[in-house]
Amino acid sequence: MMPFEYSRARDSAEAVRLAGGRSEVRFLGGGTNLVDLMRETIESPRSLVDVTGLSQQIVAREDGSILIGAEARNTAVAADWNVRARFPMLARAILNGASGQIRNMATVAGNIMQRTRCYYFYDEASRCNKRTPGMGCDALEGFNRIHAILGTSSGCVATHPSDMCVALAALDAVVHLESANGPRVLNINELHRLPGDTPHVETELAPGELITAVEIPACSFAARSSYLKVRDRASYAFALVSIAAAIDVGDDGTVRDVRLALGGVAHKPWRARKAEAALRGAPATEASFSSAADVELRDARGLEHNAFKIELARRLMVTGLRELIGAEGRGAPSGAHGHANGNGREDV
Amino acid sequence: MNFKINGRSHELTVDPRISLLELLRERLRLTGTKKGCDQGACGACTVLVEGVRINSCLALAVQYEGREITTVEGLSAESELHPLQRAFIEHDGFQCGYCTPGQICSAIAMVDEARRGVPSALTQHLCAPKFDLTHAELRERMSGNLCRCGAYNGIIDAIETTLVTQQPAQDALRPGAATAQEGGR
Repeated sequence: MMPFEYSRARDSAEAVRLAGGRSEVRFLGGGTNLVDLMRETIESPRSLVDVTGLSQQIVAREDGSILIGAEARNTAVAADWNVRARFPMLARAILNGASGQIRNMATVAGNIMQRTRCYYFYDEASRCNKRTPGMGCDALEGFNRIHAILGTSSGCVATHPSDMCVALAALDAVVHLESANGPRVLNINELHRLPGDTPHVETELAPGELITAVEIPACSFAARSSYLKVRDRASYAFALVSIAAAIDVGDDGTVRDVRLALGGVAHKPWRARKAEAALRGAPATEASFSSAADVELRDARGLEHNAFKIELARRLMVTGLRELIGAEGRGAPSGAHGHANGNGREDV
Repeated sequence: MNFKINGRSHELTVDPRISLLELLRERLRLTGTKKGCDQGACGACTVLVEGVRINSCLALAVQYEGREITTVEGLSAESELHPLQRAFIEHDGFQCGYCTPGQICSAIAMVDEARRGVPSALTQHLCAPKFDLTHAELRERMSGNLCRCGAYNGIIDAIETTLVTQQPAQDALRPGAATAQEGGR
C-alpha cells in the first residue's frame, strides 16, 4: 500500500473542502473495497478523507419515501423496519450481498461506489482498460463467466458487483451529492456509466464530489417486491444474475406499473426499461413476462463462458414476476412476501 | 492515538496504512485473531467493535481509534473459557483451529444481531418480529467465516447448543463476562 494522508471530516462541507476537488483523494467509508484495492495498489490515493462520521440516519417520511444518510451501514438499512415494509426488495438485495461482517462495515455510499470484481481488473499482470486506459482487455478472450452481457463495449465487459444498487435502480433512488459547486441530485440510473471507450470513468461524479444521502421515492406497489439472486455458491458470492422486481396489477388483470432491474449483467445496475414498457398495459401472465424479457434481452451478447446468463436472466425475470403475482393471488400480506432465498434456485 | 482493546487502553502511534488486524497482531501481540485471506473473504480476522462483528483485515486501524474492540482474548477472564469456546471443544468445532477465533467472535455477534431483529437472506417474513435460528439460518448468517477443514457441522452444533438452544442470560454472552455456565448438553 502506498503512503497516504488520513483525515476525518465532521460534516459534508468539511469533507468536500478536504477533498478539494482533487482526483487523487478518495472518501473512505467502511473500507471493505477501497482498502483491498489500495493493498493491491489498484488504487493509490494520496489522501483519504474518512466520512464515516457523516449522517447515518434513516428517515421514513410521511409521503412514503425514505431518506438514508450516505454513511448508514448496510446492515442498518436492511434491518430498518420502514425499509423492510416499504421496499422489501432493498432489504433483500442488501441481505443477499457480502457477509454479516462486511454488511456491518460497508456504507450505502461505499456500496454505490464499489468497483468491479473482474479478475483481470484485480490482476496487475493482466491487461485492463480500467486500470490503464488503452491497454486492452484480457477478459474478452479470457475466463469471462462472471462478465457482462448487456451494454458492453469492445474495451470492457466488467460488471458492477452491487446487489443493493440493483434494488436502488428499480426504485429510481435519488442520490444526493455535494461538491464545491454546491449540492445536486442524480437518479441512480444516471450515476453509473456504461463502459464505451472510457471504462475507467465509472460514474458521473466529479472528482471530490461526495454522496451525502440516498432518497428512495415513494412507490406504493414496492411494498410487495422481491430480489432474486443466482450465484455460484449458496451464500457470500457475487451475483451471476440477479433481479429486483415489483409489479402493480389492476383488477382487470393487466399490468398497471412494473419495476425491473438486473444485476450481474452490465457495467451498471441494469434497469430493464424495455421490458417494463412492454409490460405496462399487458395482461399479467407468464406469456407477457416471457416476451417482455425477450424484448429486454434482444441485444444481449454472450462471450465464450457467460452466454448462459442470457437465458438465466430471462428465466429470473419471468420467475420473479410470476412469484409476485402468485403471492397476490394467494392474498399474501403486503410486504411479507419472502421468497428470495439467496440460494441457487432450482426452479429457474 | 488511543485504542481500547479488551477493556485496556493503549496509546500508540500508528501508520495510517496498517489494518486493525496488523495493529492487534503485530503491535499488541494479540495473536488470537488470525490473518487468513487478508481481503475479507474468510472471516478468520473477525473481531467485535462495540459488540458488532467486522473483518479487521479490511479495517484501517486509524478508523477505530477510541472504539471498544474485543478480540477472542477478551471473551473471558484469565484461564476461563467462554461457554462457546468450551462447546467448540465438545462438539469438534475445529480441526486445525486457524479459523476458530474468528468463528467464535462472529457467532457471538451473529446471535446478538438476530436478537436485535436483523434479518438474513433466508428470513422468510421480513416484517416478522422474531426469527427462528434454524440450521439453515445459522449457516447463512455464518457464511462469512470459512473453515477449510470443513468442521461446519460441529461449529453449527456448538453455536446452537450454547447460544441458541440454551438461550443463556445476556450477561453470559457479553464479551468479557466470564461465567461458569455449562456450555455442553
